[in-house]
Amino acid sequence: MTPQPIKFYFRNQIARVDGLPTTTTVLDWLRIHAGRPGTKEGCAEGDCGACTIVVAELADAADPAQGAIRVGDLALRPINACIRFLPTLHGKALLTVEDLRSLTDRALHPVQQAMVDCHASQCGFCTPGFVMSLFATYTKHIEAGTRPTRQQVADDLAGNLCRCTGYRPILDAAAKMFEFPAEHVDAAPIASALRAIAAETEEPFVYAAPNPAYPVADGARIDHFHAPKTLAGLAALYAEKPRARLLAGATDIGLWVNKLFRDVGDLIYLGDVVELRAIERDGSLLRIGAAVPLEDAWGALIETMPELEEMALRFAGPPVRHAGTMGGNVANGSPIGDAAPVLMALDATLVLQQGVRIRRLALTDFYLDYMRNALEPGEFLHSIDVALPAPETHLRAYKISKRTDCDISAVSCGFALTLRDDQVASIRLAFGGMAATVRRAREAEAALLGETWSETAIRAAMDALGRDFAPLTDLRASKDYRLRVARNLLWRFWVENRPIAPLPQEETRAQRIEHREAVA
Amino acid sequence: MNQDVALKPGFAGHIPASWADADAAALSAGARVGVSPPHESAHLHVAGAAPYIDDIPEAAGTLHAALGLSPVAAGRLVNIDRERLMAMPGVVAVFTASDLPGVNDCGPVVHDDPILADGTLRYLGQPVALIVATERDLARRAAALIKDCLIIEPAAPVLTQRAAHARGDYVLKPAHLIRESTEGALERARVAAPHRLRGQFSLGGQEQFYLEGQISYAIPAENDGMRVLCSTQHPSEMQHVIAHALGWRSHQVLVECRRMGGGFGGKESQSALFACAAALAAHRLQRPVKLRLDRDDDFLITGRRHGFEYDYDVAFEETGRILAIEADLIANAGHSADLSGAVMTRALCHLDNAYFLPEVAIHGYNARTNTQSNTAFRGFGGPQGALLIEIVMDRIARALGRDPLDVRRANFYGTDERNVTPYGQVVEDNVVHKIVDDLLADSDYRKRRAAIEAFNRHSEVLKKGIALTPVKFGISFNVPHLNQAGALVHVYVDGSILVNHGGTEMGQGLNTKVAQIVADALGVGFAAVRCTATDTSKVANTSATAASTGADLNGMAAQDAALTIRARLAGFAAQRYGGSAENVRFANDEVKIGTTILPFATLVRQAYEARVQLWSDGFYATPKVHWDPKTLRGRPFYYFAYGAAVSEVVVDTLTGEFSLLRADILHDAGRSLNPAIDIGQIEGAFIQSMGWLTMEELVWHPQSGMLLTHAPSTYKIPTANDCPDALNVRLFDNPNAEPTIHRSKAVGEPPMLLAFSVLLAIRDAIAATGGQGADPPLRAPATPEAILDAVDAVRSAAT
Repeated sequence: MTPQPIKFYFRNQIARVDGLPTTTTVLDWLRIHAGRPGTKEGCAEGDCGACTIVVAELADAADPAQGAIRVGDLALRPINACIRFLPTLHGKALLTVEDLRSLTDRALHPVQQAMVDCHASQCGFCTPGFVMSLFATYTKHIEAGTRPTRQQVADDLAGNLCRCTGYRPILDAAAKMFEFPAEHVDAAPIASALRAIAAETEEPFVYAAPNPAYPVADGARIDHFHAPKTLAGLAALYAEKPRARLLAGATDIGLWVNKLFRDVGDLIYLGDVVELRAIERDGSLLRIGAAVPLEDAWGALIETMPELEEMALRFAGPPVRHAGTMGGNVANGSPIGDAAPVLMALDATLVLQQGVRIRRLALTDFYLDYMRNALEPGEFLHSIDVALPAPETHLRAYKISKRTDCDISAVSCGFALTLRDDQVASIRLAFGGMAATVRRAREAEAALLGETWSETAIRAAMDALGRDFAPLTDLRASKDYRLRVARNLLWRFWVENRPIAPLPQEETRAQRIEHREAVA
Repeated sequence: MNQDVALKPGFAGHIPASWADADAAALSAGARVGVSPPHESAHLHVAGAAPYIDDIPEAAGTLHAALGLSPVAAGRLVNIDRERLMAMPGVVAVFTASDLPGVNDCGPVVHDDPILADGTLRYLGQPVALIVATERDLARRAAALIKDCLIIEPAAPVLTQRAAHARGDYVLKPAHLIRESTEGALERARVAAPHRLRGQFSLGGQEQFYLEGQISYAIPAENDGMRVLCSTQHPSEMQHVIAHALGWRSHQVLVECRRMGGGFGGKESQSALFACAAALAAHRLQRPVKLRLDRDDDFLITGRRHGFEYDYDVAFEETGRILAIEADLIANAGHSADLSGAVMTRALCHLDNAYFLPEVAIHGYNARTNTQSNTAFRGFGGPQGALLIEIVMDRIARALGRDPLDVRRANFYGTDERNVTPYGQVVEDNVVHKIVDDLLADSDYRKRRAAIEAFNRHSEVLKKGIALTPVKFGISFNVPHLNQAGALVHVYVDGSILVNHGGTEMGQGLNTKVAQIVADALGVGFAAVRCTATDTSKVANTSATAASTGADLNGMAAQDAALTIRARLAGFAAQRYGGSAENVRFANDEVKIGTTILPFATLVRQAYEARVQLWSDGFYATPKVHWDPKTLRGRPFYYFAYGAAVSEVVVDTLTGEFSLLRADILHDAGRSLNPAIDIGQIEGAFIQSMGWLTMEELVWHPQSGMLLTHAPSTYKIPTANDCPDALNVRLFDNPNAEPTIHRSKAVGEPPMLLAFSVLLAIRDAIAATGGQGADPPLRAPATPEAILDAVDAVRSAAT
């Protein structure tokens, strides 16, 4: 395993990078080392989108890549450059705002021209990020021959903050950009460059560089970045280096480095492990690989469970959904992670691997305490198994936050109910934000199980929540609100699923809900 | 052109073709103002080719600085272990307060603002040391260790303005705005009034959240000089405070700013600490030093919009007309005065909003707390003053069982009577009646109110609400001497024109408007005119680009300069070609002298060869304004800008979540210089203000005083989904009664008041959960928790 330079496609050629710390962000590389300051830093934590870039990889490597934008042999994804480590770009292509004009031979790309025509920039600092998110939207629809609705554009822009315009002109630009002659990304030269990089990369890819933040006697500590491509390679590597840090989308670990200056040491990147990027469907079993991006994982869940769409959209904005993984969200195990309550309501099972040993563990039993889980040293999450619920299951996922999009939940929950002759045959009520871990509300479940599905029973369950949880007060909500709203969400679940005159979502939720199919 | 054009909702072609056509026609006919060329940097913004300060290539040898911050909110700083910080990788130097050659202060008005802590620790996040390293990352890593390098004697912090008010601890003396028809009239009116309401209201602060964080880049220059590239709304003040801190004179310091990635008031006074710190390090090390803040540090160090607490007592008639009002306004000033005095004055002078208040006593307190020092933010206290009276109007209406709109109208300023503000200025240009009438018709308010009542009767979980609120906002700095501006216009021999003025570009389109004004004055196309970076070596002694006055002041100064050059060119042309100078016409890049028509550039070359001066300065001082800060009387405002908005919301009574369904806005930008830019200001302010009033919540840890909402992960500004599909914004065509630049009106801040309609619509929806007269105790920001609290209170009051 000889260390190799990082190689990626950038500005019509293959860039080679050596000597920079493994945790150098793509944004810092662009701005400091490559002298390309068009991409901006607004927050350095993946929340403002000023640094949005598009990363392309070979679609065969990204298979099945349902969530990516397909252009020829390429799969494109908008991501945040500020929390993406540069070595993860090895073998991929990096497109930034400064590329758009050269992609087209025009003075400005249709996205850019529409932004100018609609007066959609004021201070202009967020604009490169918006342009790249819109470029992703534009390319997705131009390639598919579709057009987005206004709501879909707003959802696509959920990860980009603008403080000046109030967004109306940017949303207008997203309509206007399709009025110009279509511009397609020329995928072929990029794809062939990526194949050339793949051909000359020695597997598994290892990058090593000194980190000046950690001096040692004779200079700086050498850190390693490993990017195995196979499951077997990963398993062997992690068994050998159980103290290395597993890295998936870096949407959390990026902040550890940028904000907390945590020493992450040697990294093992999961994002290139082909087996972990697979979504498999076997009858009623859905298996989501640990490195599947959130965008793809939620897409697969929504396909059979459209009730989850609001949660999927509100989970995070597109740049985070394309970078982060559902496996990462589950394994990281934040008490306010939004995937776990839903997966717990679906009674998901985790497939864990250590060397060649594989074991299965119910997600319900995975979390031991605050940010502590049942993973053993050298053990990693292989996949999440979801048994798709029977069609008659009443399934809901709710999220409460100060802002509709891209906010961390005060409370989130997943509920699944089946009835037999008006009686509760099974019930799973899982909550985030209510305790040190995401967990089931056993007392409330007990109040319902076997009872007649009725207002009396749901009121009993609402009472029981006070025995299940003693939530905390923090910056997102008070303990009192958390408990009140958790009870009210059970009431909402009742109102939406009661036997007589159940209310549709439009009558129970203030947020706009619109389904995602593009308008042809 | 007709500016009275709505931007209609729908999802194709929002800027109607008719408007674009009219714009194009007006342009080709030679119009340079009243038309909508895009922002002068728009084509650069979208290409990532508009350089902000961190994008400018660094000079060789540049070092990077970071600030070490106080880990406690109050206490005494006993010692800093410099050696330990110096031993960190990459660290080149560590500076503390004692290293400043000049004065350790960057306060804009009162000198109570240390650059680096001087022994007393005033808030958690206060800079105590400046660490300079070879790389920014290494400087930040060292700075993060500061908490382990300090010896501190902590003290108990005061964290809320109520607590400070109870102790009588203020950063400035309280201010009292009192107006009685006769002595004791307020109390007599109160006692005799048929109705009286007392109450409290709580309003949070707001982070500017400029997308480009604070940054200064200081480069030593010859002969004890310093060039500082600074993201600031106030280059002249940066020049002054840097000189002060280094013990220099102003001519040694040059401050430059081409553009900011947003300012919103946050870079008016509070860019100073970073400018001084970077200059200190650059001076001491004689190397270029850049200080670019991380977002979290920016939140922890700088202040923001003042949160206010209110106690009020209002007396009114059966019609809802106010007879007398007394109110305490208690602002959280933070640890120092900063601009709090002027902010409070503006709050006191805007409590009336669009309403005549006969007997008034308003008391303003700037409470000292151990938090960041609060500062300017778009509206500058005006919104905090005006919101209270809107809450009062709403409560009066609910107490009387009337439509709040009718109560508002009963209180509007008259045109010939009931037209004197509490501070003695006669409202001469009142158009609020006409704006509200027009907006009522546009927005179908009455019909929609009836439809909402019907909806609410049947809706089990969701309740809707609607509200109309008016805007009256005073324009001018309420410190009269600040209302001045200068400009410099160069006409080069090839006919191209370079403009420099004292204003700064932060996205508001000031340079675009100034270029339009100069193009208009000299009759040339936009391509002929460029604006350059604001630079203290070009126009001296400038005021902050603030108080919405950027185009009013600098536009006038630039026009003055351009007209001076035009007069010289016209005189020369008349002399050369005959006729009188007054009859020389400049339009469409041509000059017409009798029957002779010349390209502008040809005349310019001829004038140059005839030794005519082709550059000029220009100056403007706003007339009529005067102010007595002791009595709070005078004419602080040259004119008023008006507007009104109707908002409709839906509230989820189970969770407290809400959604804005539709907003209709009619706003007075005078005779607009650039309708698209003005509409952009109106919409941007509306959404920004809605964020302040609904989702942007600042939370400090109740014991430590740590600001817990210190990044966009925890402090939530609106996203695209918060902008309603139906956002109908129209300009109210209303030439300014005063001879401002092309009879336009300032537009930056006044639209902040439009979003009051959102908060009051939420109140309206919550009231629908209770019985007749339900009066929701809703605080701001109206987060889901605040809304659910109010819903539960209304429900429990009804049972």
